[in-house]
Amino acid sequence: MRRALPIFVVLAGLLVAIAVVNPYFLEPTAFLAFVKRAAPLVILAAGQYFVIVSGEFDLSVGSLVTAEVVIAARLIDGSAEATWPVLALMIAFGLIVGLVNGAVTTLLRVPSFITTLGMLLILSGAVFLWTGGSPRGALSEQFRQLGRGSLGPVPWSVLILVAVAAAAVWATRARFGHTLVAAGDNDRAAALSGVRVARVRTVAFMISGLSAAVAAILLGGFAGVSAQVGKGLEFQAITAVVLGGVVLGGGRGSVAAAMAGAFTLEALFTLLNLYGISGALEPAVQGVIIIAAVALGAVRFPRARAAAAS
Amino acid sequence: MLRMTGIGKSFLGVRVLGGVDLEVSAGEVHAVVGENGAGKSTLMKILAGVHAPDEGTIEIDGRSVTFGHPIEAQRAGVAIIYQELTLLPERTVAENVFLGREPVRRGLVDRAAMESATDELLKSLGEESFGPRDLVRRLSVARQQVVEIAKALSLNARIVVMDEPTAPLADHEVELLYTLVRRLTARGIAVLYVSHRLREIFDLADRITVLKDGARVTTAEASSLDTAGLVRLMVGRELDSYYPPRAAGPPGEVILSVRGGGNARLHDIDLDLRAGEIVGVAGLQGSGRTELAKALFGAEPFTSGEMTPRRPRSVREGIAAGIGLVTEDRKAEGLLPNQRVRDNALLVARATGAPRTGVERLLERVRLSPPRPAQEVRLLSGGNQQKVVLAKWMTVAPRVLLFDEPTRGVDVGAKAAIHDLMRELARDGMAVLMISSELPELIGMSDRIVVLRDGRLVGELPAGSTEEAVMRLAAAS
Repeated sequence: MRRALPIFVVLAGLLVAIAVVNPYFLEPTAFLAFVKRAAPLVILAAGQYFVIVSGEFDLSVGSLVTAEVVIAARLIDGSAEATWPVLALMIAFGLIVGLVNGAVTTLLRVPSFITTLGMLLILSGAVFLWTGGSPRGALSEQFRQLGRGSLGPVPWSVLILVAVAAAAVWATRARFGHTLVAAGDNDRAAALSGVRVARVRTVAFMISGLSAAVAAILLGGFAGVSAQVGKGLEFQAITAVVLGGVVLGGGRGSVAAAMAGAFTLEALFTLLNLYGISGALEPAVQGVIIIAAVALGAVRFPRARAAAAS
Repeated sequence: MLRMTGIGKSFLGVRVLGGVDLEVSAGEVHAVVGENGAGKSTLMKILAGVHAPDEGTIEIDGRSVTFGHPIEAQRAGVAIIYQELTLLPERTVAENVFLGREPVRRGLVDRAAMESATDELLKSLGEESFGPRDLVRRLSVARQQVVEIAKALSLNARIVVMDEPTAPLADHEVELLYTLVRRLTARGIAVLYVSHRLREIFDLADRITVLKDGARVTTAEASSLDTAGLVRLMVGRELDSYYPPRAAGPPGEVILSVRGGGNARLHDIDLDLRAGEIVGVAGLQGSGRTELAKALFGAEPFTSGEMTPRRPRSVREGIAAGIGLVTEDRKAEGLLPNQRVRDNALLVARATGAPRTGVERLLERVRLSPPRPAQEVRLLSGGNQQKVVLAKWMTVAPRVLLFDEPTRGVDVGAKAAIHDLMRELARDGMAVLMISSELPELIGMSDRIVVLRDGRLVGELPAGSTEEAVMRLAAAS
């Protein structure tokens, strides 16, 4: 928790800065709109957290989101009855992609960086082949409600986000979470203590796939169908997690901080937007953040280690 | 030819060598012997320029030298051949011999020159079974040693240090090494031979220097010593520390039993572990001590033989059968450095779904001091870290606990606490197996000692046996 604190301070600072420029920002409607906009990224960051803390990467989530949305549009094709079965199918598809990522990484011992980069290319290639460049079909109104609509004053996506966040925090405190972090910290020691390292890591990839499916459901409703809907999300999610102080290589960091990292990233983009800075700058900002955050972590830890050794 | 005088060296305030003298003449095989931790390797690394001595001087041919870097020792004619060979497996023999010093012609590596020079070197060593163009990866370890030596000769080495050269060799390859050593001395090269294996020392050495606890005991003509005398020189020391009293009564029922256990590294292991008893395992480096513990535990399982409880095929089966392993390398295999004490202690229970026990009470029982469950383990001392590893196993109450070097890198106070705890666990009915390369510890703690050599159990000694008796079994052949 000590390590998680800075990100909450940064987030609070950014929210205040936004409120200074735009006093309406902290009013319930505007703030809920902000949370709603951030929800897909926060959910992806929560999923990515499980993979990163176990010592791996998942680069496939962005193109998985795109694939999910495109598949859903084509299968639903505007039909209300198809909505629920297709939602179930999307969840299953996310879990299966995660299972494949996990199995290839742990059983075939392909580094996850390569496995999931391969998956990214496979999925985006498949989407392109299937759609010929422009997605066909349409999402049903019921489907789009999840990303766009509200239950009373509270958007559905905010409720879904709260449920996902609660589940994520619960999972990290359960036995699964502890053994996952153990595998990420020292997989030899974990294995020699009876942890099924391959299994917990595979489950982490499945959680990440699941989070991509949920994010796709929200984004499809919010942003609509396009072949670009998930573009770059994998790097945004990894940036958010790293920004939350979760260390690449595994074993350190909390899921709450990872989600706060996602909110921070979104708040930063909002602020830049308010100052009229071009959205084209976003990737550059993200690049600076990810390098700076990792560098900060790298500078801090050797010192702590040296202190421990002496 | 070589004279080292008054060499001393400390690491982190611990003195590992003090006032050591060593003189070696041209054409001599000079053996350096001593128990684990006697300072042999440190002395050799000082000669090779890996460590700088804190005190003392080195002279070669009467000229005083100081080495700031291994390359300087190399230039002065010292070559060291480590146990772990340092060749590049995917390169050819010639490329390895001339690594970093390739002959160049018109800006390109002159392969022909390199290969013919290597060929000459190999021929001079009487080696005709492979050539300069063979890939190192395809050569046996014994032949790779030949390549290392050819490399040393191409550097005009005059002093060749061999650190446990026969450890990785099969029996029939040892003869080849002997021949090689004799060819070197015939050229007037001095060979410093570091080994645990007494037979080799008497086969090869002209003179023997014995080190003990970082000091030189003596240097003597090999012909003036016999095995028993040499062993006495190596271990002759008082039992100077305290060990908890042994079990009062006879041991209880057999909890773990192996008959004919074997795998790639172990052969025909017959072993019984009884409740209430501490069984010590002695053996030289590479004799299969760690492999034995890992086989019993299921981490590197036996592939043949009978075992009760059922032979574990995995770590989880081992744990389910009530077996725990305190690994030799705490940092690499025992701990989660960035997690809290509490999470480390609960790891096995969480991994196997065992009911959780009161961690705080356990941390008290292992005498963690100060007992801070929320502290990250990497910040603890070695002794406290080992206590956390112990707590990790005690949460699941195993019936057999295997300790591999339980007090390595642990301060004196924590060492006594760990010894007390081991005895306490045995008294409570656990079967305890302890591997240690520290003979006084092994003898002080064990109710009986089994001795491993080349993956086989070669004997058993009762409590209170002498270090000589253990060493004779472990090193003789």
